[in-house]
Order: sequence, then C-alpha cells, then structure tokens
Amino acid sequence: MADQRIEPILAESGAPGASAIPAPVVVVAVPKLGRPKRLGELLERENVLAGVLLAPTLVILTLFIAYPFVLGIWLAVSDKVVGRPGNFVGLQNFWVNLNDSIFLRAFQNTFVYTFIATILKLMLGMAAALLLNQHFRFKRIVRASMLLPWIVPTVLSTLAWQWMFDATFSVFNWMLMNAGIISQRILWLGDGTLAMGCLITVNVWRGMPFFAITLLAGLQTVNPDLHEAAEIDGANAWQRFWRVTLPLIKPIMLVVVLFSMIATFADFQLIYVLTRGGPYSSTHVFGTYAYEIAMRAAKLGQGASISLFLFPFLLMVIVFQLWYIRRGD
Amino acid sequence: MAESEGVASINRRAFLKTAGVATGAAVAGGIPGIVAAQKAPSFPKGTKLSILEWVSFVPASDVEFKRLAAEFGKLAGVEVTVDMINMNDLNPRIASAIETKAGPDIIMMINNWPHLYVDGLADVEDVAEEIAKRDGGYYDISRKINMVDGRWKAVPFTMGSGVWNYREDWFKEVGANKFPDTWDELRKVGTALKKKNFPIGQAFGHSLGDPNSWAYAVTWCFGATEIDDKGKVVINSKETIEALKFTVAFWKDCLDEGGLAWDDTNNNRAFLAGTISATINGASIYFVAKRQFPEIAKAMNHAHMPKGPAGRFYYQGGQEHGVMKYSKNQQVAKEFLRWLMDRPQYDKYIAANDGYVGGPTPYWEKHPLWEKDPKLVTFRDAPKFGRWTGYPGQPSRKASEALVKYILVDMYAQAIKGMKPEDAAKWAEAELKKAYA
Repeated sequence: MADQRIEPILAESGAPGASAIPAPVVVVAVPKLGRPKRLGELLERENVLAGVLLAPTLVILTLFIAYPFVLGIWLAVSDKVVGRPGNFVGLQNFWVNLNDSIFLRAFQNTFVYTFIATILKLMLGMAAALLLNQHFRFKRIVRASMLLPWIVPTVLSTLAWQWMFDATFSVFNWMLMNAGIISQRILWLGDGTLAMGCLITVNVWRGMPFFAITLLAGLQTVNPDLHEAAEIDGANAWQRFWRVTLPLIKPIMLVVVLFSMIATFADFQLIYVLTRGGPYSSTHVFGTYAYEIAMRAAKLGQGASISLFLFPFLLMVIVFQLWYIRRGD
Repeated sequence: MAESEGVASINRRAFLKTAGVATGAAVAGGIPGIVAAQKAPSFPKGTKLSILEWVSFVPASDVEFKRLAAEFGKLAGVEVTVDMINMNDLNPRIASAIETKAGPDIIMMINNWPHLYVDGLADVEDVAEEIAKRDGGYYDISRKINMVDGRWKAVPFTMGSGVWNYREDWFKEVGANKFPDTWDELRKVGTALKKKNFPIGQAFGHSLGDPNSWAYAVTWCFGATEIDDKGKVVINSKETIEALKFTVAFWKDCLDEGGLAWDDTNNNRAFLAGTISATINGASIYFVAKRQFPEIAKAMNHAHMPKGPAGRFYYQGGQEHGVMKYSKNQQVAKEFLRWLMDRPQYDKYIAANDGYVGGPTPYWEKHPLWEKDPKLVTFRDAPKFGRWTGYPGQPSRKASEALVKYILVDMYAQAIKGMKPEDAAKWAEAELKKAYA
C-alpha cells in the first residue's frame, strides 16, 4: 500500500509541471531532482529497503547485546582488574574456577536451584492456571492479583521474606510454635540445605505467577469442543488433561520453561539479599559469587569467567528453544 | 554572632589556601604566614566539583557533610554537587567510574579500597601529609589502608569501630560488675548469661561487617594471622586452632544459635528486643536505644574487645576520600579535602556524628564530643587497637579477595557446624593460598 503511494509521486515528480502533483511540491523538487530520485530508486530495491529497516535493530543489538557479550568474553580470558588494562591469559581464569571449592559449590547450587525451582514453578503454575481457567466470581481480580509477586520489585519482596525467615522474629516459627508443632525455633537461613530450600521457595513464589498467567493464556486457546468430544468418548478429567490439554499447550509450556530457566540460572538479587551466599558459602550461585569477585575484589576478569560459565548451558537452552519453535512452523 | 565569626574565619582560611596553591606556595593548614597573601580563589568560573558519598547510618552527618560542601562551594566559587548512595552500591559505581574514566571527582571509600582502586586514584601526598604534620601522625591503620606502595592514594576521613555493646544490668546479675577483660573471662560470664536465657549474639553468616569483626579480631587475639608480613599464608597454625576451639566452645556456651543465619542487622534488632545480652557493633544500637528504648540505653554500655593470649585487637573500619585520576578537577578536589579536614570544618562533621565515627588521627580523641557521653568513650579508644585485612601484611587486593570469599568467617562457621578445628584451619589454608596466590 505504501509502496503504491510513493511510486507515482516519485515518478511524476521527475516531470516538471505534471498536473497531478500540487505545484509547490514540484517547485521544491525541481532543483534537487537527482537525489530524491536516486534515493527513491535505491529504496525500491527490496534488499536495500530491508537493510535500512533492519539497521536500527542491528545497531541496538550490536551496542547493547553483542558489544557487552564480546567484552564479557574478552574479560573472561584476561587478567583485567579495575583500572588496569587486562592481559590475555587464555583459559587460566576458568582453570582457577575449577580448582576453587566455593566456585564448585556455586556451580552445583546454580543447577539445583534452577532445576528444582523451575519444576516447582511449572507444577504449581499449571495447577494455578487450571484453577484460574474455571469460571468463578471475582475471576478477574483473582487473576490480576496472581501477578503481584511477579510485579513487586524483587528486592522489596525479598526483604519481606527476610523478615519471615528471621532467626529471632520469624513469623513461620511463631506460627509453628503456637500450633505446637515445634518447640525450638528453626533457623531458616542458618543451615546450608535449609537456606537453599528457602531461596527456592522464594524464587518459586516470585516466578510462579508468570507460569500461571502464560499457561492460562495457553489454556484459553484450547477448543472446548475437543474436551466435549473426549468426555463423550468416556475420558475422565485426568485423561482429558493428559491427552487433550497438555499436548495442545506443550509449545507454550516449553517456551515458558526455557525462559524461566534462563532467568533462574542468572538469578542474583534474591540470593544476594537473603544470604549473600552464606552461611559458609553454601548458597552461592554463579551470579552472587561473580559479583563478589568482580565488584568487591575488583577482579573483573575472574568475575566474568564465573558468570560466563553459564554461557555454554544457556546457549544449549537457546538453541533447543529456537529449534523447537521453528520446528513448530 | 559566633556563627558569623566562624564563617568569616573559614572564609579567610579557604581563601588563603586556594591562593597558596595558585602561587605554588607550600600550603599547610592555617599557617599564619600566608594570611597576608590575600588573593582571590583561582578556580575559573563555572568550575564544578562532584562528590560521591555513602548514605551514613547517622543521618545528621549526611546533612552536615552536604552543608559543608555547599559552604565550600560558596567560598571557592565552585559548583559542588554531593551524591549519596548506599554503601553496597559504591563498589560497582567506582568500578564503572574508573573504567569509563568519567564520574565524580571525589569518591568516599571504605577500608582498604584505595588498594583495590589504586590505578584509578590520583596521589594526595600533600593533603594527607599536611594532616599528619598538623595532628602529629595518623593511626597505623589509616596509614596502612590509604598508602599504596609508599604513596598516599586517599585522604583518611574517619575511623569506625565495632565494640562490645552489653547490658550492664544483666552482666551484674551474673556477678560481672564490669565487662570482662579477657576472652576466657567473657566465656565464663557468657556461660552464666546464656543459662539465664540471655545469650550473647554474634553473626557468622555472610555480611560485610559483624561476622568479620569476630573472625579477624579473634584470630589476631589468639596470635594467629592469615598471612605473615611477607604475604605467606600462615593460617594453619596452633594459634588458629586454639581460636577455633575457643569459638566453638563460646558458641555452645554463650552464643545465640541464630548467629549462622544472621547478617549485620540481626544483632541490632535482637539487642533492642532484649533477646541477647551483648554483641559486637557500632554505636547504632545505642543511638536507636536512646531515641526509642531509653530504658535499654540506660541499662547498656560499651566495652573493648577482650584480650586474647596475643593481646587486644579490632577488625577496624575506616573511611577515606579518593581523588579520581580521571578527574579534570583534581586541584579543586584536593582543596576541598584540605578544607574539609581542616579543624574548624572537620570539628563540625565529627560532632554531627555523635561518636559513631572518630577522626583518622589520635588528635581527635581530644574532641569534646567524647566527654559528652561517657558510654561512647570505648569508640574513641578502639582505633588504637585496629588492624586491617591482611595484617600484618598489606591490605592488598588479595586480602580483599580473601575477605569477599569470607574465608575466615566460613572457617569459624564450618567449625561451629561441626567440622574439626584442625580441618577448618586446613580448609582455610587451602583457600587463602588461592586468594593470596
């Protein structure tokens, strides 16, 4: 449509005095005849126009994605510290990481944290989506309020959790004690394994709404006729979910899981606020440990190599994600 | 009236110092000889000075700092801006400022940061040495953390100490009329206190201040150190094992079991809630108590770190100001610091802190603020016993790496969790060797 409109104007503007064009346009166009014409002709070529239209995106991607990424890789293979030019050291930083017990613990934690949290988020998110897909009063309000944990800035909500896990004033301990379930307070963040459980809980609480709402959107695309047909064929609720709903929303589910995995893998705020990797470095993940080394010890190169340990894994996730989505096409 | 006189005298002083620099004269705070040389400040019109500070735990001190900065601006004809950010945000901000060579002209730093950021800092020899001459020398630690390879890289600003905050009333109840002077005595008193359900509180989690206050200081008190003065790792010693054994016993006998889950704020809350009888902290607990819990303020006091077999030590905190190498206003920046640290101005700043911080030189121990409230006197005297990360070696970048990895803290935390003291010391040795490699 746009092309059609441009074309006659450009063609006619070359012919002075053409009646279809208002006089002022012609007058202005005449002295600069050559340039607009060439530009116009250039833009008519599909590949040129495509290039022009893509250019802003490419510039943004280069500036904000490619440059930091390449810089990150450079840092990871250098001995760069703040204020000093780095020298290339090959894979030495990665070697140092592999011999660092705190790093290895962070490595293990990152995977445990990501996988358990993602699985829980998926299960609970799916359950919530199925519930929200039912008709009930105040449905809209409930659906909107579901998103709250996800909307509240992580640092703020995590501070609230910090209070709930507090060693002296934990509301959970207060409730459990008053209910007669425990007689001694539980030190939620005072034990490595328990603290990891707490971190996963908060992550699930924060991330579950994203699953619920996205899966709900998926559920709403499922044609009710299919369910009716299955019901007539004698399928029970579980069979209908397993054989009708699940296969239909599988693509969206996979995309959500993959997105969430990437985000969980790179989590930082939540852990930094709650435990800073403690007690005894039992809850460090790549993000928190990299921050300590890069920022608080000013070893940018070593820090970058810690966070770039994520890269091969994230790359696999992304490749799989793209492959899966394209396969669907 | 008195105020206007004060301003007038400051005006003259600032004026003269600036003139001194302009003429290349040697400038020393308040030397009457240069009073005669009345020249206008030499800063070109439109000169700007930007300063980055932390948000202090004492709001009144931030107000005073901003007021002083504005006053300097007026006197020197410089447009001064002060930004204040949370302490936790300072590291990334400094790193990006140095890397992009753009940002504030002066940045407040903490502890050994001049060693971390040495390549981004301008020399401040003249200003720092002037203060040393005027006040008759710095505390050891001020010199150690601000001088890198024999050059002053930052101007010492304050000393911040964490001392024992304790409930005098409860200590008396178990027969301790004063705070114990040795760790062994403290353990005895602490045992009695815990039996009465008044445990002592100490953090062993990961947070910037409190856990290190124990880990470093207790290690030193027992005669152990991370490294020797040459930088060789010597943590795996019988002194360390003694310190570990003591800590484990102290944990069982005296401490609140919550400590492994604590950060720097927990002990404040627990003390004010009356669930612990003593803890190592700055003056913040006392300040809050005075405002909100006067009965606790009345019942509490402060005391020195007890002595161990090797003596009394503090893991001492300090603040300083770095003039950034990339700054085009280094001269103005130094003039500001010179003026700020001069007695009439610094006097007001330190007074606004009410005892939360002390001066960087022993001279400020004579400040009248310390006579105002005898309960704060411990803070005045603590920096004498203050040591730095990496003591007796340098507070280097490597010492920072050991610190941010919480190696000493985790050595104690793991022993508390059941690791054999010998194994904990061995673990720390292996980790420290990597950090100090």
